[in-house]
This record gives sequence, C-alpha cells and structure tokens, in this order.
Amino acid sequence: MLKLSAKMPFDDLLPLSVGTVTLSDDTPENMSIIDCPVGTEAKVSEVLKSAHGMGLPAANRTTGSAKNRCIWFGKNHLLLGPKPDDALTKIARLSDVSDGYAVLRAEGKDIEAVLARLVPLNLAQKHFKRGHTARSLIQHMHGSLTRVSDSAFQVIVFRSMAQTLVHDLERAMISVEARASLLK
Amino acid sequence: MRLDRGRLINRARPLRFTFDGVSMTGYAGDTLASALLANDIRLLGRSFKYHRPRGVMTAGSEEPNALVTVSPGQGQEPNVRATLLELYDGLKAESQNRWPSLNWDLLAINDFASPFLGAGFYYKTFMWPKAFWEKLYEPLIRRAAGLGALHGTSKDKSYEKANAFCDLLVIGGGPSGVMAALEAGRAGLDVILADEDVTLGGRLLSDEGEIDSSPAMQWLETVKAELNAMENVRIFNRTTVTGAYDNGTYGALERVGNHLADGPKGLVRECFWRIVSKRTILASGALERIIAFANNDRPGIMTAGALRSYINRYGAAPGRSYAIFGNNDSAFETARCLQSAGLHIAAYVDSRSDSTLQGDFPIFRGAVVSNTAGRGDLQSITLRHIGGEDKISSDVLAVSGGWNPTVHLSCHMNGRPQWDETTQSFLPQSGAIPGMVYAGAAAGHMSTAACLRSGSEIARKVISDLGAKAASLTLPQAEDTPYAIKPLWSVNTRKGMRAWVDFQNDVTVKDIEQSVLENYRSVEHMKRYTTQGMATDQGKNSNVTALAVLADVTGRGIPETGTTTYRPPFSPVSIAAMGSEGQGKGFAPERFGSTHQIMLERGAPLIEAGLWYRPSYFPQAGEKTWRQSCDREVLAVRHHVGVCDVSTLGKIDIKGPDAAKLLDFVYTNTFSTLPIGRVKYGLMLREDGYVMDDGTTARLSETHYLMTTTTAAASQVMGHLEFVHQCLHPEWDVSFNSVTEHWTQFAIAGPKARQLLSAVLDHPLKDADWAFMSCGAVSILGVKGRLFRISFSGELGFELAVPSRFGDSLFRILITKAEELGGCVYGLEALNVLRVEKGFITHAEIDGRVTVMDLGLQRMVSQKKDCIGKTASERPGLMDCERPRLIGLKTVGAVKQLTAGAHLFNEKDPVQSAYDQGFITSVAYSPVLERYHGLAFLKNAEERMGEKIRMVDHLRDIEALCEIIPPVAVDPKGERIRA
Repeated sequence: MLKLSAKMPFDDLLPLSVGTVTLSDDTPENMSIIDCPVGTEAKVSEVLKSAHGMGLPAANRTTGSAKNRCIWFGKNHLLLGPKPDDALTKIARLSDVSDGYAVLRAEGKDIEAVLARLVPLNLAQKHFKRGHTARSLIQHMHGSLTRVSDSAFQVIVFRSMAQTLVHDLERAMISVEARASLLK
Repeated sequence: MRLDRGRLINRARPLRFTFDGVSMTGYAGDTLASALLANDIRLLGRSFKYHRPRGVMTAGSEEPNALVTVSPGQGQEPNVRATLLELYDGLKAESQNRWPSLNWDLLAINDFASPFLGAGFYYKTFMWPKAFWEKLYEPLIRRAAGLGALHGTSKDKSYEKANAFCDLLVIGGGPSGVMAALEAGRAGLDVILADEDVTLGGRLLSDEGEIDSSPAMQWLETVKAELNAMENVRIFNRTTVTGAYDNGTYGALERVGNHLADGPKGLVRECFWRIVSKRTILASGALERIIAFANNDRPGIMTAGALRSYINRYGAAPGRSYAIFGNNDSAFETARCLQSAGLHIAAYVDSRSDSTLQGDFPIFRGAVVSNTAGRGDLQSITLRHIGGEDKISSDVLAVSGGWNPTVHLSCHMNGRPQWDETTQSFLPQSGAIPGMVYAGAAAGHMSTAACLRSGSEIARKVISDLGAKAASLTLPQAEDTPYAIKPLWSVNTRKGMRAWVDFQNDVTVKDIEQSVLENYRSVEHMKRYTTQGMATDQGKNSNVTALAVLADVTGRGIPETGTTTYRPPFSPVSIAAMGSEGQGKGFAPERFGSTHQIMLERGAPLIEAGLWYRPSYFPQAGEKTWRQSCDREVLAVRHHVGVCDVSTLGKIDIKGPDAAKLLDFVYTNTFSTLPIGRVKYGLMLREDGYVMDDGTTARLSETHYLMTTTTAAASQVMGHLEFVHQCLHPEWDVSFNSVTEHWTQFAIAGPKARQLLSAVLDHPLKDADWAFMSCGAVSILGVKGRLFRISFSGELGFELAVPSRFGDSLFRILITKAEELGGCVYGLEALNVLRVEKGFITHAEIDGRVTVMDLGLQRMVSQKKDCIGKTASERPGLMDCERPRLIGLKTVGAVKQLTAGAHLFNEKDPVQSAYDQGFITSVAYSPVLERYHGLAFLKNAEERMGEKIRMVDHLRDIEALCEIIPPVAVDPKGERIRA
C-alpha cells in the first residue's frame, strides 16, 4: 500500500549549535495567513480570541504563546500552530501556508550579535522586546523575525530558502564565536 | 634602534617577521613601521612616479609613503599602511613599486627624467603616432607607475558586514572622544565609541603630559576601565569610521583578524559596519602637516608628532642625530620628548623669529630648512637664516607645519569646512551632517585641557538634546598651552630643486605652479591636473598645504581658494569587506523545491531560474549528451507519459467578493464569468500595453481564484496586483497571498497520463468530470490535493498539487509509476522542446517588447470590458501590421540547424540591420518531427506564410535557409490535448 511521507524543510539541517547559539526547527503543524475583509478587523480579532485564545496583534507585535501564536506579517497576519477554527474561516479569509514557510528558533547568549550580521534592524532587547516582530531582510532574503524570549528569536523565511537561512546564520554564528574565543 | 621605553610594546612577547625576505624581530604592540625603525630600516618604499626612496612619514592611517604588500603570494594584500599594520609572529611583508629590489630600483631613472615628467606631462606627450598610445605608451606608463598589485586569486579569509545602533556615536578615542563617551555613558545613553587605534587614548598614547597631576596614561587607564565596565558603552577599537550618510548612518571598517598570525577558525579579517546613531560627536583629532622645502621627502624626515609616537609608544628611535623644524609650539613637544629619551638634538629650527621657546640645544629662530642631503636617506639638512646657509649633520628631521583638524567626515554630505585664522586650519562647518557635532582637535581645540573640556561640554549638550540627564563629572585638569602658530607652507627653493607637497603622488610646489600657468587655477582643477590628493591617502597630509601654495601662487587667500571635496571613504576600504558575504553561496539565496534531493540523486544538471534551481534533464546510463536525454524524455511524453516538477511557477491565492473584478481588470480576457471548477489561460498587460506575463487561473469557489504566473515573473505579478489594489482600486475587497511554496505541483503529460494518475488518486477519474481546463480537489494517497487539467506540452495533461511536505514522496512514486508505463521524469530541456513544438510562448517570446497583436492573440482582448494596458496597446504604432509577428520556422536548405537569437533577412537582401526582417526567440530539435522547429518574430508575417527567409546568426556564424510556417507544429487541431 503506497503512502505519502512528510519531509519538513529543516530535516537534515537542524538542530545546529555553534558557540552559545543553537538553531532548532520551530515549524508548526499549521500556518495560515489571515486576511480581514474590509471593516472586520475587530470582529476577526474577537473570533480569533474566542477560538484560539488571542486577538489580532497590532503592527510589529504578536499575540498568543509558543504553540498558538499570531504574528503581524506586514499587510496581514500569520497564525502559527492551530488548525483554524471554522468560526474563523467563516469571517476571515484564510490561506493555508503550512508548507509555504520554514520556521526556526535561534537561541543563545550571542543571538543578537549573530542577527546583527544579517538583519539591518535594531534588535537589542531594549528596543525589540519579547513579542515584538518585524518583516525585514535576513541577509538577502525577505523574512519575519520575532523575539520570543530574552535570548531567542523565531525566524521565518520561504520554505525553499531554509537551506540558505541555515547557511547564513551558521556563517554568522561561526564569526561571532571566533570573536568570542579571542577574548577567552 | 630600540630605546628603553615604549608604552604599548610588550617586551615579553618578541615576534619574528620578514621584510623583503629579511628576518627581523619586533615586539607585540609594534606596528610594522615601528618594528622596522627599531631595526634601523628606514627605506620602506619607492614613490609613485619618480621612484624616489621613501620612509615612514607618519604614525597613523594618513601615511602616504610606507605602503607594503602583506603575505606575498596567493591572497596577498597590497597597499597596506605599515604604520597601521600590527606586527604578528610570522608576518611577511614586501616593499612595492620597485624593480628589481627596493635598494636597487632601476625605475629610479624616472627621477633623473623628472624635468620631463612634471604634472600633466602625459596630457601633452605621447600624442603621436596615435596608435602608439594604447599599444605602447599607456602599458609602459602603467608598468612604470603605480602602487601595489593584487595577486589575482581570491582571498582565503572571509569578511563580514554587520549593523549596529546607538544613541550616540563618538568618532575618535582621544581625550575629547573618551571624555564625551564617559559623560554619555554615565548619563545612560547607548554609546558606541569607535577608534582607529588598537586602544583608546589618541595623542595621549604618544605624548608626555599630566592629567589631574598624574601621568595622562594613568587617567586614561582609569577611564578605560570605567567605560569597559559600562554595559551601555561599546568600544570599537581598530575601527575607522569611513563615511557619513543619510539619517545618521555611518560606514565603519573594523580590522578584526588581519593583525593575527593565526586567529580562531572562522574569524573574519575585517568587518564593515553600518552604524545608525541618533547623534554623533566627531572627535577625530587632527593630522599634522609637513612643510614644503627642497628634498623634503627623504627617509628620515617625518612629522614631529609621528616621531614622538615612535619614541614614546614603541621605544623605536629612527636615527641618532635629530633636527626639528616647525612653525608652531607643538613641535617643541618633540624636542622635550627627545631630551627625555636622551637622544641628541642637532638643531631646533623655528621659522618664527619671535619664538620664545628655550632649551639646552641649538635653537635657530627665524630660520628654515631649505634643503636636505643624503644618499638614499637623510644625512644632513641645510639651514637658511638671516646670516646665510649652514649645513647640519642630522639623520632624522621632524617637521611640523601645524595641524589640520580631521574634518573629512563633516564634509561627506557636501558641507564645506571654514577657514580659521587663529589655528591656520579648516574647521568643520556647523550642521554639515545632521546630528553631528564636533569636539576636541577636530573642532580646533588643540590643548589637552581644551579637548577634555570640549568633549565634556559637547556630550552634555547631546545628552540634554536626547532627553537624558548628565551625571556629575568633574572636569580633569591638564595642560592648556595656547596653540601658537605662524603660517609657513613652503620654503623658497632654488631653481631645479623640488619641494614635495603630496608625497604619495609625487606632486611638488613646481607642479602646482605649472598648473596655474596652464590656467588650472581652481583647487578642483589643480587637483585633477597634478593628481594631488588622490590614491590611498587621499592627500590627508597634503591637501591644505597644496591649496595654501595654490592660494599663494594665484594671489588669492586660502578661504577663497577653498578645499577640494572630501568624499567617502575616509580611508581605504577593501572591496572584499564591502562585498563580504556576497561571494560564493552568499551571492544570492538558493531556492530549492521539495524534490531537490531527487534531482541530485538522479544526477540532473541544475539550471538557475531566477533564484530557483531546476533540473535541466535526467541523464540515464549510456547517454553521452544532453540531447540524447532530452530526446528520450520528449518521446516518452509524446508516446507514453512524463512527470515534471513545475512547482516554481508562481501561485497566488486571490480571495474576496471583488476577486473577479480584479482579475477582469488585470487580464485582457474575462474571468468573472469563469465557472467554478474551471481554468482559463490569461494574458496580462503592463500599463504601456505590452504583454507582462501569462498563465492560467482557476476558479476554486465563487470568491476564490488561484492564479499561476511564470517562474520568472512571480514577484513582478504579485507587485503588480499590489499596485492595482493599493493605488488604483483600494475600495475593492480582495486579498491575495503567495502560496507558491505551500504547493508542490507536478505536470503529468502524455497519452498514459490518466493511467499514471489512477495509480496515486484515491478515487478513479471520471472523464466526464475532468474535461480539458477543469480543476478540483482530489485525494492523493490519503492526502488532500488539487488536480488541474491543463497542459504545457500539447499532450493530454494534468497538474497535480500536494502540500510541499509530501512533494518528495509523491514525486518518487510518480516517477516509478511513469517508468513502469514506459514513461519517465523530464526536465526543463524537454519541457521547452514540447512547448516549442506546440507553439506555446514563454518569456523568450514575451520579453517586454511584445504586444498581443504580435503574438497573434488579439482575440484574447475582450472588447466588452477595459483592462490595464488595453488603451495603450491600441496606439497606432503598436497596431502597425509591419510589426514583427509570431511565426514558426523550419530549415529547408543544406544547413539544418536553427539558433535562438539569430536574425532574419530576405533571401536576396544584404545582411545589414536596415534589412532586418525579424529574429528567432526559441528553437528546439524535435525528435517527433525529426527537425528543428523555431519560433520567431517576423515583419508582415501573415502574408508570407510558406515563403523562404534567410537566418543569419552573427555570433555563431551560421546561416540557414528557412521556410515560414505556423508556430504550432505538433497537433495543430489540439486533438491530443483534449483527448
């Protein structure tokens, strides 16, 4: 009996640790882009909250928790984790992108220094706090960055660029670790 | 000679290095320049044009003479300033611009020919015979002149770029910069203190003096410790801020690992920083200038401040008998330094007759150094005073013509510095760079006390501006001697003697005079005529002196003469640092589809389609050429079944009550009437009426469409939809998202396509439900997917889509099943052959210059509605029937080959552009037709069907006689595709 098997974007690539930073696969089972029909943002937020426990986030912000997160995604929002509730699909326009993006968690003491080599944004804790999110360049790629803890970021790029993302992050991690070892 | 002093060298760590192959020893903390001077090596290079012997002139990044090549061989680094190059164990350096050796440089013959080689000589000579310029003269001149050379191989070490942000960027770590950073740090601002040197201190590291009644170094260590302990202060040592740009952005080059013999794995050589700051304090100090006098370029002649650096920082004495020549009090510091080091002072020459300086060494007031002598390096100076001239034996001459505040960065946004009579220097213009203020010597404050005061005051203003509160900080006490200077730019020389102004470019006072004689009187013209201020040092020592000499020659004042334009970078930045991660895999992201591993396993050569990597063909055992594989794949599709990954085509989810309106507006044909479950081919125009892209769009529900685009134009189409929605019809309730990567999609084409599909679909296909151009949901081995009955091959064809996580698995199954049916997997080459045989277009045809009329697709433009580009496409010029139209071609002569890009000419016309009839866009060898089939654009195409035309490929030198035929060569009635 033939059966299809799943292969995820970071299979064979992660986890990866260099120095104080570790990259791990954080791709959730479900990802959906939420578009609100004109004038329905408040209602969509309400339904999202009752269905999944979080409202729509403001620009550059996230709502929810590690397993159920909604992040501002530029012109719309990205729901990570839950399969969208029917109530939500009735009021909002949803696009299933569960296999469209690769999501990783980059964590460690030197993660800000690593990302400073790839991202032209001020990601210092003081300016980019937990729950803050941004769409930005990651080296040459368009991506999404969210601070998920004092020392961890969630990074999202197109699925096809998973290998390049790991390559670029690893290179920066090696450089930061090499600098740190100079001081040891 | 090494002295028993040297604040920054570590005698416990001796280091071996070589210069021109000769092995020597220095200490950790040395620069190459200081180590060579300590080893009594004073000749470090040859000058650019005359190949004059040159030695160290400065102790910083402004060095014009002491340029060397590091690590000769693969990955060598030319034009490295020995004054900035930190010594490391095993360092190999070579002198440059000499042949065969530094001591015996045959090109020094240029110096004897100097009367003929003055500024601008090459503009006036070598004029004839004309052909000799490129073939003889220019190569010879280039061989004779120049600095170091690249090796031509890529470097083995890497570079990087990085971003940093702060409230305050302090540029310069001298007393004023350190003071400013301390104030700002204590006030809680985020501070970056960037300094070019290996450690903070600036002139304090080189000079003697006290702060708060203790040695200045003691105060410095205390402050450094405090700054290092502050979490809100980042100290960037070895970092030169190289450019000021918009919105508080600065470029800075950090020397990370190029001062280490063997750094940790992965350590980069250099990092190019992009620093964004709310405010900036320019505390870049000042650069000492030299005075122009005859033969002032010999090794042994250096700036007075540099001599103090070599003695105090490194304990390196460059000679045994010292003379000092200055026009200001700061030169006297050097005399004190020499005395405290127990070195012999042969003469102190002060050009000011009213100078009151006193010392127990010979002081000559109102005198100048008029000439120097020596074989190679300096051996004596000639003193000119009121009583005549005297020759004094001296092997080192320290010169100070005053100090030029380092204003360069303040000029990077077109600001012009202002002349200040008191300091005889240019000071930065207030407000020249938004958010930038100036402190210390860069602002004309020359004493240590004034620098400390200035740094503190400016920082307090910035702190207040940014809404923070300054902490209480007592201003340290230090020497506050007024800066006394009387201008002296050049000393009159005898006829035939040369007085250097710009050492790096061999520009003399005489050259500037010649420039004026030739009427190049503007400072910008003088610069171009003489080349003063060019090359790696950008005239840091020479600019002000040169313009002062120019002012003197033209009879204008210095302020009216003005400066040339200072542009980024302030000091050289290697292209490797700016490009950094751009090499190799860092050049661009690589986009790999979910079936990438299978392509690798099957040995498919990959070709780049945008950022995607797609398989060209899938070679099998025994196939020696791509054509063999391609022909096999094409025949398999035509006779059996083929499978191809077409996931890279753009897929855009379009949803909302106004989705149909949007599609009607962006496509030439109508989509609002498309039934649910059907697919339609659409053409999209640009606003200027030319074809932008094509593709199919499926209607999945009343308010849900799925648009496909070509791979190349996916992002362009997405941007176009955004433009239409946001700018033209923001009132439409519609949204669209890329779902390209969510779905992996396979083309299944060939007479046995249904059989193959039935092997993976959970429910059998009912022919009645799956007519040509239908679509719908299907279940594929338990996974929800989509099926589209569309074809790009002209065969019975489907496209089957699954979520990408199942792409790899499904592809393997489809290939196996296809092979069992006599078919195979096929790549882009076969895909291209199939579509060319069928006359289907791609971006080879719709190259941005083509209209729907040109394609013969005018019927696709609905007359019942408007669409973007419709009106523009109906402009008379675009409706002209003479415009080249799409046709097919086959060869009918002896030459059987067609080539893409070739042009078409009437059989008897000359092969000239005026007679050009059109061009070929795509060709393919068709194993079905057993001939080449081509697609081309041809003038008056409709009337010429069946006629002969001549193909001429100028690049490949191929000519072929062709017959004009319809574009569709296989199954013109479309029976197979609808089977």
